[in-house]
Amino acid sequence: MDRATSINHLPCIRADHINKSFGKKPVLFDINIEVPYSQILGLLGPSGSGKTTLVKLIAGIETATSGEIYLLGEKMPSLKMMSKVGYMAQSDALYGELTALENLQFFASMYELSKARQKQRIEEVMQLVELSGHLKKQVKQYSGGMKRRLSLAIALLHEPPVLILDEPTVGIDPVLRKSVWEELYKLRSNGTTILVTTHVMDEAEKCDNLGMIREGKLIAVGSPYELKKATSSNTIEDAFLFYGGARE
Amino acid sequence: MRVKAVMLRILRQQGHDKRTIGLMILAPMLVLTLMSFIFNGAEYHPKIGVVNAPLSFINKLEDNDAKIVRYSEYEAENALELSKIDAVINFRGGIPYIKLEGSDPSKSNAVIRLTQNALQQTISMIKPDITYLYGYKNMSSFDNFGPILIGFFIFFFVFLIAGVSFLSERDTGTLERILATPLRRWELVMGYILGFGVFTILQSSLIAWYSISILNIMMVGSFILVLLITILTALVALTIGTFISAYANNELQMIQFIPIIVVPQVFFSGLFDLSTMTPWLQYIGRIMPLWYAADALRNIMIRGKGWNDIATDVVVLIAFCAFFTVANILALKKHRKI
Repeated sequence: MDRATSINHLPCIRADHINKSFGKKPVLFDINIEVPYSQILGLLGPSGSGKTTLVKLIAGIETATSGEIYLLGEKMPSLKMMSKVGYMAQSDALYGELTALENLQFFASMYELSKARQKQRIEEVMQLVELSGHLKKQVKQYSGGMKRRLSLAIALLHEPPVLILDEPTVGIDPVLRKSVWEELYKLRSNGTTILVTTHVMDEAEKCDNLGMIREGKLIAVGSPYELKKATSSNTIEDAFLFYGGARE
Repeated sequence: MRVKAVMLRILRQQGHDKRTIGLMILAPMLVLTLMSFIFNGAEYHPKIGVVNAPLSFINKLEDNDAKIVRYSEYEAENALELSKIDAVINFRGGIPYIKLEGSDPSKSNAVIRLTQNALQQTISMIKPDITYLYGYKNMSSFDNFGPILIGFFIFFFVFLIAGVSFLSERDTGTLERILATPLRRWELVMGYILGFGVFTILQSSLIAWYSISILNIMMVGSFILVLLITILTALVALTIGTFISAYANNELQMIQFIPIIVVPQVFFSGLFDLSTMTPWLQYIGRIMPLWYAADALRNIMIRGKGWNDIATDVVVLIAFCAFFTVANILALKKHRKI
């Protein structure tokens, strides 16, 4: 069904024969992937597999060595599209000397939100990640999990139609992780398209579609159910092993 | 709007980092103060031992503020060997034989000059009339190179702080993060220049004011022009510092760039007299921003020159600033192509 609709309608994100090398070292090989609107695509793979590089290409920070990336119908990288993307990096890129509020204000200004809108959105996203009580605290006093949540809050600030989250739930406790996922589902039902990377297998189950990446190659794409069924495995982990092993 | 946000963020970061602010303002003041103690000393009065000298000659030496000790030939040799005196003047058959201690050329020169003066004065009584076009009698060496030091310290500290803070932006991943927003490369660079600009204007004004009002460094020109030059120097240092930080992988490497970027500029800025150097080598200074800053500051502070005489220096400093601003914008392409 999904395949059929994506032929008729342009997908939200489309990566077309993407190759990427750093210097002489190739990191991504001929990646083809599509994410339809209002879906959550999970990129599953071990660290060093090229997930983060792929995500940066889609976010428009890196440029592909060859191949093309389209986001909302426009070719990346494009400055105009950058304002449509909420990006959460793998490492918490926050200004430690500044307070959480000052961090949020700075990033909100990058998207040119009005003063009133800034105030409202900052309140909303901080409530969402349960950090409302720590607005005035310097970020360097935050714990790892709190920094992760603040990064997520910043990515959500300007209500982007596309969310790109690189390992968003690392170091977040299970209760909060659950509420983060509930929020992602809510955003999805409001029309947001979400790209999430993870190396946690049980988190992969929560995505609509999964792309499995190993050593720079996309080894399988499909819904968690499809992938398990096609490989007659009980878990995503077994499915990953099957696809990974088949390529050897 | 984004430029303003970047500027505001940098000022807030500085505001939270009180120690850096303190160091950037107090460290140059401390070093300038120490240098003024060291180089403000009055003219050196040589200590001379005399053997068999005529009284008239000794009187002349003492008139010229030399410290004179009478010795026997043997004692004099001893005193010289122990460096108690700078020279021995031994009269044999009416001819003075001068033996110098000789380990410090400036002291040796002082002895020779003084002796020649004394000998000439015994022959003729006409004193030359001396006037100064610039400077004044007993002008200290600190007055002479103080303007260069003001320029140098501002350059040095701004270079380091700007470079390190841009580096940490790269290190902590915030550079990549803000390049994932619609922020344009030039907006980031301009934000940096304005943010640090506000801060360095404050810093360089304080340093210039302190040197002139508290340390009493010679200053006959316009304070506004001094400020203009120090601020331009700071901006050049800022743009060069952030540009160089692109080639450093950590703070230590940033410091290792000092001998390459900053130290040669000190040598060629006029702190040392280069007029005896091979002429084409002297022109190396002309490719260094600090040369222009020092030239302008000296012209204003020592010679009291006005706008017309420093206009070229100002234009060159602005050109350096513009060149490295563009270089910074282009260097960011390494991190994001558009």
